[in-house]
Amino acid sequence: MYKYDQYDRAMVDARVEEFRDQTRRRIAGHLTDDQFKPLRLKNGLYLQLHAYMLRVAIPYGTLNSAQMHKLADISRRYDRGYGHFTTRQNIQYNWIKLEEAPDILAELATVEMHAIQTSGESVRNVSADQYAGAAADEIIDPRPWAEVIRQITTFMPEFSYLPRKFKIAVIASVEDRAALRWHDFAIRIVRNPNPENGAGEIGFECYAGGGMGRTPFIACKIRDFLPAGQIFSYLQAVLRVWNRHARRDNIHKQRMKILVHDLGEEEFRRQVEEEFQHFLTLGQDVPQAEYDRIAACFAPPPFETGLADEIDRSDPDFALWVDRQTVTHKAPGYAIVNISLKPIGGIPGDISAEQMDIVADLAAKYSFDEVRATHVQNLVLPHVRKQDLHAVWQALTGAGLADVNLDLVTDIIACPGLDYCSLANARSIPVAQKIAERFADIGKQQDIGELKVKISGCINACGHHHAAHIGILGVDRKGTENYQLLLGGSGAEDTSPARITGPGFDEAGVVDAVERAIERYRELREPGERFLDTYRRVGLDSFKEAIYG
Amino acid sequence: MGDPLRFRDDQAPEESAVSLDAFLGQSNASTVRIEAGDDVRLLLPEIDRVQLVEIDFPRFRDGRGFSSARILREAGYKGEIRATGDVLVDLVFFMRRCGFDSFEPDVPLNPADVEAALNRYPEVYQDATDGRVPIWAKRHPHEQHG
Repeated sequence: MYKYDQYDRAMVDARVEEFRDQTRRRIAGHLTDDQFKPLRLKNGLYLQLHAYMLRVAIPYGTLNSAQMHKLADISRRYDRGYGHFTTRQNIQYNWIKLEEAPDILAELATVEMHAIQTSGESVRNVSADQYAGAAADEIIDPRPWAEVIRQITTFMPEFSYLPRKFKIAVIASVEDRAALRWHDFAIRIVRNPNPENGAGEIGFECYAGGGMGRTPFIACKIRDFLPAGQIFSYLQAVLRVWNRHARRDNIHKQRMKILVHDLGEEEFRRQVEEEFQHFLTLGQDVPQAEYDRIAACFAPPPFETGLADEIDRSDPDFALWVDRQTVTHKAPGYAIVNISLKPIGGIPGDISAEQMDIVADLAAKYSFDEVRATHVQNLVLPHVRKQDLHAVWQALTGAGLADVNLDLVTDIIACPGLDYCSLANARSIPVAQKIAERFADIGKQQDIGELKVKISGCINACGHHHAAHIGILGVDRKGTENYQLLLGGSGAEDTSPARITGPGFDEAGVVDAVERAIERYRELREPGERFLDTYRRVGLDSFKEAIYG
Repeated sequence: MGDPLRFRDDQAPEESAVSLDAFLGQSNASTVRIEAGDDVRLLLPEIDRVQLVEIDFPRFRDGRGFSSARILREAGYKGEIRATGDVLVDLVFFMRRCGFDSFEPDVPLNPADVEAALNRYPEVYQDATDGRVPIWAKRHPHEQHG
């Protein structure tokens, strides 16, 4: 994992003191709420329906046990004993007091964490593949480049007030576990395919202009191969083109996706390339030596060799969990463990302080001190010996964290919705709970197979409904909560936007509609087809007929 | 409004600013005003006769002026760049890094607050146009930089 040096510490400490001063000025009345708002937002502090909410950055979703214990400690001391993992691999606390927010940032700084740029019109926390460093299919660990990007995008002076937020994702495999092309800017680490020129060299396939919200766009590829060492120049070029030419008259039209769409892919790419050539002449790129320094922090842990790959499957409950929740690891004898934060009837992504402590202890004992947060609002222990899986499962079972539902119908993404969020039009959590209860039976879930259900409580789409196999969008219709159903989206490497089926439903109605869509899939599927495959083969109309009769 | 807050030793130009269009159309002006939506690159062919560029911030959330200033500095412009409009103290640090060297906002800045804001961060993570050495270069003093 990355380790702060004196420079990183100095920057985070200065940030804490700056925010302490700004908060003092606000409480003393020297700053109006309007003036304070952009300052607090750049530190992840939102004013929600009932209280302040603090969003803490978890860069590229990687945590160690000390950080996880600190997150638990903060939830006990400053919140109500729980936290909420988000679709950006961050954690949010929902019940924060303004006067305590600077103290929380100071606590976070003691474990090399912060809330810098987790909100506001800035480059946000960089997200990445949650299996980084463990995945069997990755070219290299993507996190060192994600950390390079974190540093160069922290307090970028020219981009202090971007037109809107700017989200970056980094992966290094063909399988996309990070919803790559739904980001404003995205990188897939590849080897140079050009045999004439530097074949095998590490670089980036670059995408730009993706995003959800009220106008969903899938990012287009704007460069086949960028030499990795030129990322600062290239990123500045992308940001400058957008910063200068984006609309500024309508907050709903200021994301980069709109500019890319308006200019067209070709013209956007041309402008970026022109600006890129200019930036290259400035000689401001981060040298290989700095990448090497950072990459050394992410050296593979000392995996044992000669470990057995066999797992004792005599306990059927354990075998069920192993089959669903663990994934192939690159090192023989090891497995990647997914911890579900989606208990039936629970709140997707929520975790209690006690559970955080247990996960931290398990990471320390069984996973080389590492935990990951996923954009699907689950956690991962990335490096567990197969011979330890039973002990890990028992501990998770005791903590209420051994649910079996990875990628199944009850592994639902849901935004906080109208239960917390001041932007929401409808509640998301109760809908997620009712769907999970309807499909609680694990046999039924397994029969349905991979099915990604995602729920947003408003058009801003924090619940990723556009990228869902079955998406639900809560809207306000004449003062009552109404839910639109969408089908056929994907956030994986086969990215596609979901389509609205037709008229909306009330809360009970949308749960029934989801069930009817699933029943139609079960009638129509061919052997080996997932819900999404069947949908793509037969089209929307067949599902509409089942849903609306 | 009082005098602008300046970080230059020379005499402030007295001439009042003209719009970019007007500047490009008349050969004797030396002070030009760049609105947020103006393409500052149009000024570059005439940059030798510019003494002062005023860059306006219609709202503090409109960050186009940061790019305008930096583009001028990257083109080698050494004259004054003044931020006007909705300029908040919390932005001055970033403006200085982008090449602004004077400030004349709608609401005057408190010099003590400016001083505190400019001295807040001991280091910077990346190059801009102010010549500050980024953290990565301090970590690797033997690497070529700039």
